[in-house]
Amino acid sequence: MLKTFPKGGIHPPENKITSSKGIKKMPIPKVVYVPIAQHIGIPSEIIVEQKDKVEIGQVIAKSGGFVSSNIHSPVAGTVTKLDMIVDTSGYKKQCIVIRTDLKNESNFEDIEYPLKTEIVADAKDILQKINDFGIVGLGGATFPSHVKLQVKEGTKLDHLIINGVECEPYLTADHRLMLEKAEEIMVGIKILLKALNINNAIIGIENNKRDAIELFKNLTKNDETIKVAALQVKYPQGGEKQLIRAILKREVPKNGLPLDVGVIVHNVGTIFAIYQAIQHNKPLIERVVTVTGKKLENASNYWVKIGTPIKDLVDEVGGLPEGTRKIVNGGPMMGKAIKNLDVPVTKGTSGILVISEDEASRGEPKNCIRCSECVNVCPMGLEPHLLMNLSEKGMYEKASYEDIMTCIECGSCSYVCPSHRPLLDYIRFGKNIVKKLNTSKN
Amino acid sequence: MSAQPIIVSASPHVHSDRTSKKLMYDVIIALVPSFLVSLYVFGIGALIVTAVAISSCILFEYLIQKYLLKAEVTIGDGSALLTGILLAFNLPSSLPIWMVIAGGLVAIGIGKLSFGGLGFNIFNPALVGRVFLLVSFPVQMTMWPTPVENNTSLVDAVTGATSLGAIKEGLMAGDTMTEISTRIPSAMDMLFGITSGSLGEMSALALVLGGIYLIARKVISWHIPVILLATMAVFTGIFWTINPEQYANPIIHILSGGAILGAFYMATDLVTSPMTKKGMAIFAIGIGIITVLIRLFGAYPEGISFAILIMNAFVPLINKYFKPRRFGSKIKAKIV
Amino acid sequence: MTDSILNSVLLLASLGVIAAVVLYVVSKKFYVYEDPLIAKVDEALPAANCGGCGSPGCKAFAEKLVATEDISDLFCPVGGNDVMKQVSEILGKEVTEQDPTVAVMLCQGGCDVRPKTTEYQGPKSCAISAMVYSGETDCQYGCLGDGDCVAVCDFDAMYMDEATGLPVIITDKCTSCGACVKACPRNILEMRPRNKRDLKIFVGCLNEDKAGIAKKACEVACIGCSKCDDICPKDAITMENNLAYIDAALCTLCRKCVEVCPTHSIIETNFPPKKAKAPKEEKVAVTETDVQPENSKTDA
Repeated sequence: MLKTFPKGGIHPPENKITSSKGIKKMPIPKVVYVPIAQHIGIPSEIIVEQKDKVEIGQVIAKSGGFVSSNIHSPVAGTVTKLDMIVDTSGYKKQCIVIRTDLKNESNFEDIEYPLKTEIVADAKDILQKINDFGIVGLGGATFPSHVKLQVKEGTKLDHLIINGVECEPYLTADHRLMLEKAEEIMVGIKILLKALNINNAIIGIENNKRDAIELFKNLTKNDETIKVAALQVKYPQGGEKQLIRAILKREVPKNGLPLDVGVIVHNVGTIFAIYQAIQHNKPLIERVVTVTGKKLENASNYWVKIGTPIKDLVDEVGGLPEGTRKIVNGGPMMGKAIKNLDVPVTKGTSGILVISEDEASRGEPKNCIRCSECVNVCPMGLEPHLLMNLSEKGMYEKASYEDIMTCIECGSCSYVCPSHRPLLDYIRFGKNIVKKLNTSKN
Repeated sequence: MSAQPIIVSASPHVHSDRTSKKLMYDVIIALVPSFLVSLYVFGIGALIVTAVAISSCILFEYLIQKYLLKAEVTIGDGSALLTGILLAFNLPSSLPIWMVIAGGLVAIGIGKLSFGGLGFNIFNPALVGRVFLLVSFPVQMTMWPTPVENNTSLVDAVTGATSLGAIKEGLMAGDTMTEISTRIPSAMDMLFGITSGSLGEMSALALVLGGIYLIARKVISWHIPVILLATMAVFTGIFWTINPEQYANPIIHILSGGAILGAFYMATDLVTSPMTKKGMAIFAIGIGIITVLIRLFGAYPEGISFAILIMNAFVPLINKYFKPRRFGSKIKAKIV
Repeated sequence: MTDSILNSVLLLASLGVIAAVVLYVVSKKFYVYEDPLIAKVDEALPAANCGGCGSPGCKAFAEKLVATEDISDLFCPVGGNDVMKQVSEILGKEVTEQDPTVAVMLCQGGCDVRPKTTEYQGPKSCAISAMVYSGETDCQYGCLGDGDCVAVCDFDAMYMDEATGLPVIITDKCTSCGACVKACPRNILEMRPRNKRDLKIFVGCLNEDKAGIAKKACEVACIGCSKCDDICPKDAITMENNLAYIDAALCTLCRKCVEVCPTHSIIETNFPPKKAKAPKEEKVAVTETDVQPENSKTDA
């Protein structure tokens, strides 16, 4: 019996079309749009000006506070302007626009560094470098990694969990990365173990990635500290709390953090970025993006420079197919639909999903028939139908009492609702209001 | 780019292929075997009652929504159709047609639409219709045509009591169970449906078959039917062990009357049953106990309809007090 | 027979007596003193319970008025100066007079002038669609058109114009409670002073984008050209973030700015039709911006 979390969860069609497609390199984009708010927390502060020449990897916006991150230039080129560009949020945000200098050879240098296993840096160096090189969580939440690794004196910490679950349908970026950069990821894990001064790491991989599980089992055969956990395929197992519950049977307390149960979770993509930063001094300027969709001709995985407009990616796979009605930044369960193709790839973009006419439209919402399916699938043990009702009627105090804030917005409830009710839309709205009420109270 | 503008909506962007309509039709599919059995034993009468119940439910839903409420007409969602079938299943096949129509009106008009339509009703609409008929026309509602194998006749001349009715009458007259048991159908007959009773409560086997289909399709969960029947078995079992001459054995209780129909199709009605597994257990135990109390000590020989309606009224309360366990609530939360 | 009648009469009578005693004791024991002034003030208030004063309802506001020493910053926008004067007489406290106000819509980007570039699917609520993205058009400052303001209006003073997809304020019914201003996630509604004939001039746009982008997103967007600022004799217009704003306190309603605005984004309401002395401006006077409030009048 494979491990999984006990309560709730769904199993949508996997549609991992691109799982056998190796990661290709995207051509260097002519222009990049680098938003300054790519991570959770305070936006970075721009430190370049119009017409400045920038080198590849140069810091162009520096961390705006503790929960913030540096942003580096993904290309060598010239800053043409500082502009407002619509990003994934659907709103115009401050962006640094850089025109690539196509004559500059550093733009075309190969990033395939040789594997370097020896870890020279000490714990302090490692944390400093993670901060300096702008590493954020690449699983989608984009939480600055150095903050996550900051363990207070006296905190009991015993496990590092590597999130290779990729439970979102369609996406295969992490899967391919695990297959192609397995040894680098192993070094990355060791780097983090050294930084955190612990001896236990577990890589959680869902059972639909048998090849990755086998590969890592082989690599960890002679290793006491790193183990592999094969997990049952179930969404949202990639959620931190669900993953910890599945692997270690520990339950992160309500409103708590993984650290409260002695665990830190990092995504495999983040681990690889950390490896590159520590061993090769390479900042986070590119990432793996799955460009996929049922009707796309050449759906595949790509190494993409941060700031590349999504239009470039779509052109690379053969353009938008006839009848495209929706483009999603991220996976189909938690990704955000984007407004137009000028939206740039950011540190949190794990995939671009192109959805055609027949699947793009939402069903017409009908009356709730109290089938309790949303209650059954909620991994957090909430009652989505009730929370939606309370949010809709403006009873936010009650919603807060019913633990609306513990919702992880996985969307399982909206996915299963046979009446097509916009459960998560209202719950998210209610959460927003409750958050505002709570901050105004304090 | 396509001619139509691209769609922007909040996540999730995919949806399972379950719809409420499909759920309704799954229940209807599950009821087909039982319907065939009653067609076999009651003949054309069963067909007429069912057809009238369905058409009156749909027609009244249409008329009330269109002309009285001036709201959107939702007869296409299959719920009125299902109410009609379930109502028919709870009626004797010899019931006069106008009564069936009256039952349909009460089921849809009072049981469902007066509460605000699908999803808002507190009581199971089909049972509201049935109980209305039972208390208004007790004579016609308890005149059961005797089943005839491969029935083709139009009129059922012979009428008999249900097994539960026979037991009640016998006990009232002072007979012992040993004497009564010769007068009621055997457990095997009840299993295959050669017994008298409402249209749909004939064959326990056919009903269970449909119930298993529903559980397999995840339309209902096993909790309510299994716990309900187990409660009935235990409760009647206790009385039977105390005095087997005064109380019928649990097998008779479970196989006769509407116990199985009620457990699998009426009590599990999505709208009027609790949301959580714990709540479902309480709900099912409640129905089981009330049913047995009515059967053993009440004036009516059968009580599951009343039991379900009574427990329906408690569902909002059950939902309020039996919440799913919140993730992470075991440990005391640290405020971050 | 007589026994049973007697019994039931006695039973009911004794039940009645017991209940009366219990009620009496409870009402004495749990009696709460309430200042009779509160009831008086409550009576004077309009009983709309709209929350426009900041209190959850008229009763709560009455309590607050009675309890607060200095009530000069408290004001009932629905009742206006008349009601506040009555309150002042009842309580013997000073109240400040405030100019009557009315809600106005600072966006005129209807379907015909502001093309939709995407389609929103989800609950029909501005607050929710604003969380998802910037709206169906390319203007992220303008009206979302899902009618949250209309939904919160307790006075039936607003309705959605089906042709333009924008809310319309029926000036006569507006009590300036401010509910719509609070409901709008875009802050498109503003309370502006209302004079005797309800003449108003204001900029009907909030787009802070640069001229080209703004104009492309919406034909009637303010492009920040500053022409109105230059011509205004009273300096009532300020330019900020590519956007003009008219200070109602300084504006003398001379209408010069309306004439010079190249995109017709300055709205004037309830002015009589232009006099013959400026015939070439005729066109400007009959822009749809003018028609809107007229519509609302007839509908009201």
